[in-house]
Amino acid sequence: MNDLVDVRAGVYRDSVSLMRVSQSLAARPGVAVAVVAMATELNVGLARDLGFDVPAATPGDLLVAVRASSEAELAEALAELERQLAAREPAGGSGTREAAPRTTRSAARGWDADVVLVSVPGEHAFAEAMDAVEAGLSVMVFSDNVPVEQEILLKDRALEKGVLVMGPDCGTAVVGGAGLGFANVLRPGPVGVVAASGTGAQQVTSLLDLAGVGVSHLLGVGGRDLSAAVGGRSAVQALRALDADPATELIVLVSKPPAPEVARAVQALDLGTPVVAALLGPGEDDLTAAAEKTLRALGRDVPEWPSWPAGGGREPGGGPLRGLYSGGTLCTEAALIAGTGEFTDYGDDEYTRGRAHPMIDPALRLEALAGVREGVALLDVVLGHGADPDPAARLAPAVEEARARGVAVVVALIGTEGDPQGLRGQAERLGAAGAAVFTSNAAAARHARSLATG
Amino acid sequence: MTLSMLNGEPRVITVGAELLGEALDHQAVPRRAVDWRPPLPGASTALAAVLADPRRARANEVAVGRLTSARPRLVGVRPASEALGLEKGTFFHAGPPIDWERASGPMRGALIGAMLFEGLATTPEEAEARLASGDGITLDPCHHHRTVGPMAGVVSPSMWMLEVADAEHGGTAYCSLNEGLGKVLRYGAYGPEVVDRLRWMGEVLGPVLAAALERTGPVDLRNLIAQALQMGDELHNRNRAATSLLLREIAPAVVEAAPDRAAEVLRFVNGNDHFFLNAGMAAAKVSADAARNVPGSSLVVAMARNGTEFGIQVSGLGDRWFTGPAGVPDGLYLGGYGPDDANPDIGDSTITETTGLGGFAMAASPAIVRFVGGDVSDAVAATTSMYEITLAEHPAYQIPGLGFRGTPVGIDVTLVARTGLLPVVNTGIAGRVAGTGQVGAGLVSPPAEAFTAALEALAAG
Repeated sequence: MNDLVDVRAGVYRDSVSLMRVSQSLAARPGVAVAVVAMATELNVGLARDLGFDVPAATPGDLLVAVRASSEAELAEALAELERQLAAREPAGGSGTREAAPRTTRSAARGWDADVVLVSVPGEHAFAEAMDAVEAGLSVMVFSDNVPVEQEILLKDRALEKGVLVMGPDCGTAVVGGAGLGFANVLRPGPVGVVAASGTGAQQVTSLLDLAGVGVSHLLGVGGRDLSAAVGGRSAVQALRALDADPATELIVLVSKPPAPEVARAVQALDLGTPVVAALLGPGEDDLTAAAEKTLRALGRDVPEWPSWPAGGGREPGGGPLRGLYSGGTLCTEAALIAGTGEFTDYGDDEYTRGRAHPMIDPALRLEALAGVREGVALLDVVLGHGADPDPAARLAPAVEEARARGVAVVVALIGTEGDPQGLRGQAERLGAAGAAVFTSNAAAARHARSLATG
Repeated sequence: MTLSMLNGEPRVITVGAELLGEALDHQAVPRRAVDWRPPLPGASTALAAVLADPRRARANEVAVGRLTSARPRLVGVRPASEALGLEKGTFFHAGPPIDWERASGPMRGALIGAMLFEGLATTPEEAEARLASGDGITLDPCHHHRTVGPMAGVVSPSMWMLEVADAEHGGTAYCSLNEGLGKVLRYGAYGPEVVDRLRWMGEVLGPVLAAALERTGPVDLRNLIAQALQMGDELHNRNRAATSLLLREIAPAVVEAAPDRAAEVLRFVNGNDHFFLNAGMAAAKVSADAARNVPGSSLVVAMARNGTEFGIQVSGLGDRWFTGPAGVPDGLYLGGYGPDDANPDIGDSTITETTGLGGFAMAASPAIVRFVGGDVSDAVAATTSMYEITLAEHPAYQIPGLGFRGTPVGIDVTLVARTGLLPVVNTGIAGRVAGTGQVGAGLVSPPAEAFTAALEALAAG
């Protein structure tokens, strides 16, 4: 084996971009291992565990460690690396006269913006978000691991400035037709959404879209917004903003289980626009029920939610239920409905440290699926901008293998016909591979429960 | 409330994962990407604390507003003993505090020269011995006395000082008279020609300029600097236009005030393209001082080097210095000199960069690149990058080549820590051996640790 280790000072790329580079190098013939990552303590330790001889480096350096079976293959992998790094040269890099701005503050100076999307590592997100607020811009903080004191400070400053802080840990938003973060392609319409749960909001809005009802805006507020500490600071602002928005006729409020006193306070707001609440928890409506309630409030019919039966003959039954999720709220909802089984949220911080979110990189979940030897596996697949461009490509073969082992597979497919991946095409391929596919997560969970209890 | 982003298709700034930016590109949403990189090592915690300080935004606005609204005017020329109460045996020097022990070659050379000039020693050896013993000698930074000095920046009581007053905020600042290039005191030379020139400056140049200024009244330096920038000066390493403008301003009065001496005075000023530097430095000093002591402000109000250390002072942190080792400039060398002959960075002239001139205004001065190396695009890139670490664009100091954009002014410690971009400094290079003089000119970067140390002090509140 031939090893190459290189530490490049002052070269920065974000972790998702580098993971894509690492993956494509590792997929080359003859390449055994490829680590292309910022030289954080974690990544340097990882490379050393793999047997690479890594010199001293700082988190601001780029670490390259590649192992290939021959010199020639190593050289080819490196050439490919250079090509990919060059292709990822940040816009306005060397050679152009107008250098790219280095901070949000600088970007906002001299460019007329409406909103800022922050997805830097959590410990650095506050500076960029504060720049946005101070520049009088609303900001979506996709980053997680932002301390709650910083969240409160940002939201208080935002209130003074008359702008909205969406997040931290805000996975999705749709503003004026533009999808930020993980976002489904939704038709324009009368429903405004305030969401303290990204995938929860994606489920509700995708179902509405399937029923022919569109969305005016989807304003994420971050998973902690309705906690006692944050007190619904952004939810209140978002509700008032949608109340004032002439395109919004009805508001849906989606949240992970909120602090009761905050839920009460938020619902007690004096708004001119009717509000449908989907506040998850035992005894509360599930997301699908909330979508149906919304349709009824608008005087629309509730359709039968699309589903596709499992191909490959009669579904096996009986045995334990295993939930393998990428969306936290979807996971919670499914576990509540199923009332049995073991559920894991692979989108949780615990699983995303040092790797991409499972909506982008399915490797960890596919591995877990391969480990299910009996019973029923229940998964969510979330479509939309930012997500895996073709989840069926890797999931369908894994479903076939599971079925071959006698494991039943149930998929909650969250998406719309307008999504870049295409809802129907994905559903049909997963169905043909042997999965029962549901557009309602609640329906998927009920089906999985019925299979498990046999 | 209403949110402006809800009106129509939004324009988005993205910072972080490129994947999420690409998702917007696929939707054809107009966006501007930030070329984000992690902050200076170890700065994260302090940054979060400083950025959370509710006073910061307003404090910086106030501080940089004072800096850019200052109206420096040259009002007089006076001996240091009279203007600053400086007594024999006390010497001001450039940069943060230093003692003889740690002083570099050019600093020692300049102190020796000043001892000889003041008659405190008759030979260089005697001067050196007395300075080393410290007997009756006090060393004190110029910056502690409303004063700045180029290179070694040594000021002694008999030297004549330019007096600059701020017509907006009422401050006053001082800088010595520029001696010219080559073997001069500020570069650490102390031979007889150096001391003789200082004598002539004290006996002729100073008094004649003082008399001339009494006739002209105050000279508006803000206006003069603004004009010089549009004539190709950056006001640190190129002062040719500013010197010419000043000469034009005072020449008739010099002739009237001292007809017998006018020719030699005007010839001396005309023979030194850097004559204006010291007036510009005093103007910068009085402007930066106006921005001092705003609680909560992270604005840099002084950058200065003593030949050993590079130090900065910050508006919200009083008179404390935050230092790191002075770097050796990277540049072009005179004659047979090379990098081995260079002393680490020295001088208070970085007060020009502190106020948005010098390296920050390089794009205004295409001619400078031939002096400090590089090409014109480097000069533009240097200025452009400095907008990333500054709080404002100067309302009066503009750069024609950038569409009359104001120079980047008001260095913010938090922005330096966030971007890792260090102030660009144009500088002369002194010989490291005492007595050598100037050996070159070039560019130098301040030590990053001075900025992280200041950031931590701000965080400690």
